[in-house]
Amino acid sequence: MQAHTENDLECIRIQKHFGSVRAVDDVSFEIPKGSFFSILGPSGCGKTTLMRMIAGFEQPSSGDIRIKGKSVIGTPPNRRNVKMVFQHLALFPMMNVYENIAYGLRCAGASKEVIRSKVHDVLERISLPDVANREISQLSGGQKQRIAIARCMVLDPDVLLLDEPLGALDLKLREAMKIELKLLQHQFDTTFVYITHDQSEALVMSDNVAIMNQGKFVQIGTPQELYHNPSAAFVAGFVGDTNRWAGRVTRVEGNTVEVETEAGLAMRGSIRGAGAPGVGDKVSAFVRPEFITAAKAGISAGQTGSGQNVIDGRVDSILFNGANSRVLVRDRAGELIEADVVLTGGPQDLKPRDDVTLSWSPEQTMSFKA
Amino acid sequence: MKQRDIKRLSLILLFAPFALWILLLIVLPHLGMFYISLREKVAPRTYEFGLENYINFFAEPIYWNTLIRTGSMSLLVTVLALLLGFPIAYYIAKIAGHRSRGALFLMCLIPLWVSDLIRAFGWILLLRETGIISSSLQWAGLVSTPVEFLYNDATVIMGLVYTVILFMIVPLVSTLDGMDDAMVEAGYNLGGNGPTVLRRIIIPYAMPGIVSGCIVVFMLTAGSYLTPILLGGKNSSWFTEQIYDQFITRYNWESGAAFGFLLLAFTSLVVWGGLKLSGQTLNSTVARS
Repeated sequence: MQAHTENDLECIRIQKHFGSVRAVDDVSFEIPKGSFFSILGPSGCGKTTLMRMIAGFEQPSSGDIRIKGKSVIGTPPNRRNVKMVFQHLALFPMMNVYENIAYGLRCAGASKEVIRSKVHDVLERISLPDVANREISQLSGGQKQRIAIARCMVLDPDVLLLDEPLGALDLKLREAMKIELKLLQHQFDTTFVYITHDQSEALVMSDNVAIMNQGKFVQIGTPQELYHNPSAAFVAGFVGDTNRWAGRVTRVEGNTVEVETEAGLAMRGSIRGAGAPGVGDKVSAFVRPEFITAAKAGISAGQTGSGQNVIDGRVDSILFNGANSRVLVRDRAGELIEADVVLTGGPQDLKPRDDVTLSWSPEQTMSFKA
Repeated sequence: MKQRDIKRLSLILLFAPFALWILLLIVLPHLGMFYISLREKVAPRTYEFGLENYINFFAEPIYWNTLIRTGSMSLLVTVLALLLGFPIAYYIAKIAGHRSRGALFLMCLIPLWVSDLIRAFGWILLLRETGIISSSLQWAGLVSTPVEFLYNDATVIMGLVYTVILFMIVPLVSTLDGMDDAMVEAGYNLGGNGPTVLRRIIIPYAMPGIVSGCIVVFMLTAGSYLTPILLGGKNSSWFTEQIYDQFITRYNWESGAAFGFLLLAFTSLVVWGGLKLSGQTLNSTVARS
């Protein structure tokens, strides 16, 4: 019982079927008080359905949803202390900012003075103290965003749900809002549940992220865990950029496997995820670009440690992006491999058609049984 | 230079039918009518200018009573059409699926394919003393003698609502269609119950559609002739009937023209008052939907 009250939101074996389609399939998770939890998945994975069930717009086919330890199955949406920021915000265009924020308080039957002080208080907290009398159409995208959050936060919810609210913003504003959302979450100290298909939003803002695919939670963990220790091939491929090979196991040695890819490359990798592959089994191997060292052929020979995977290739093109620059290297088999490089602008920088040696450790070659 | 001339010519050509229609069929006849309405008949074929026709209207209670009665019954019809039309429009725009929406709209349109006259006779067939309703009530033993459902106000109002409701539904559907479902959900999510969401979110959002629907329906009802006459008979005392009488029965064009203008002024006044009361403007309502 003690454990229950610690969590703001708990979902226990939630299922939702639409006819024969299982939109949400046996999902369980719990979110501790005051944390930022993201549900990350490709579109159509069931994350919106899950959120709508938490908000009360859909009823789960089976399972239980508990808010602050109390089941809310059968509670209508207006009686749940879960507020939601909609994808297109759904601010009321016929009311001004003040009325939008006051709406929820009015529904709760607050007195005029209470409403006035609370609205001004929340506007102060989102640092928009002077917009109370503006019309919604007069606000910028980022301001609308903050008003939509303020409209919910003024009601002091147990959980705030956010359904891809940054999707409609342009890139620059999106980057700024990511940081702002995280700050707002700290400031209000409320549990945020954030739904997105954009992994960078999820990784930057969240304390915990759940990766969802085809109605199921594949893995729940901190952003670092998901990035460095994915438990399934889907997570490894979905979170972060990665080079991916499909191949067959040729030798197993403890926790290390030797893999021959379909194109004929041989590499050593570490076994990750469930199920230990045996010789001849199909595996998927993932290597992140930042773990691959690209050096000009000849120079690197002495530096690569023993046991490293080493591949020779030729630079196909340089993808310059400041500190995040990359090279695309074509190996002997004709595949393209991405590797992070530091480009200083000096003469020793890699250039297209340079011969290079790529090396990375087997530890960073995440191999999943396919 | 030539390009600009062509552009100008095409603009003029596009505008011409509208301009001709307004000028020849609306402005000119009204100017003529207005001129006639200001003439006083002092002797056969001798006229003087003056406001006698308008003064007559106010001097004779039966005239302005009829106008007030027409106005208030038209308002009642408008309100009823709104109350009936709103749920229908909401169902078509928000609840019905995409495929059934077209079919539902078509079903609302079908009555318009039959002429006003035929529809009114349809009602008569149902409601008269020897009509279907009366005889089935007798057959069921609920009444012992034939019942006359025609020639009373309730029937007139029912017939008018039936005739004009489509003009209420169409603008309502188009405004409600533009409303994001998330808006209603947000209304619930923030703690509103059904009536609150309806009163604070759906109705304010649909206000432009409501007002433009009401204006069209009120104008159509106040100016209708056939339905009140056929369903209400001589008792209907509809103002258009007075106008008709002046023109046709009494051959008093001067007075008829004055009545016509009074009806126009009266309905415009009511519409203006309605807009003021609801805080809307013509631009934000009729021009939008």
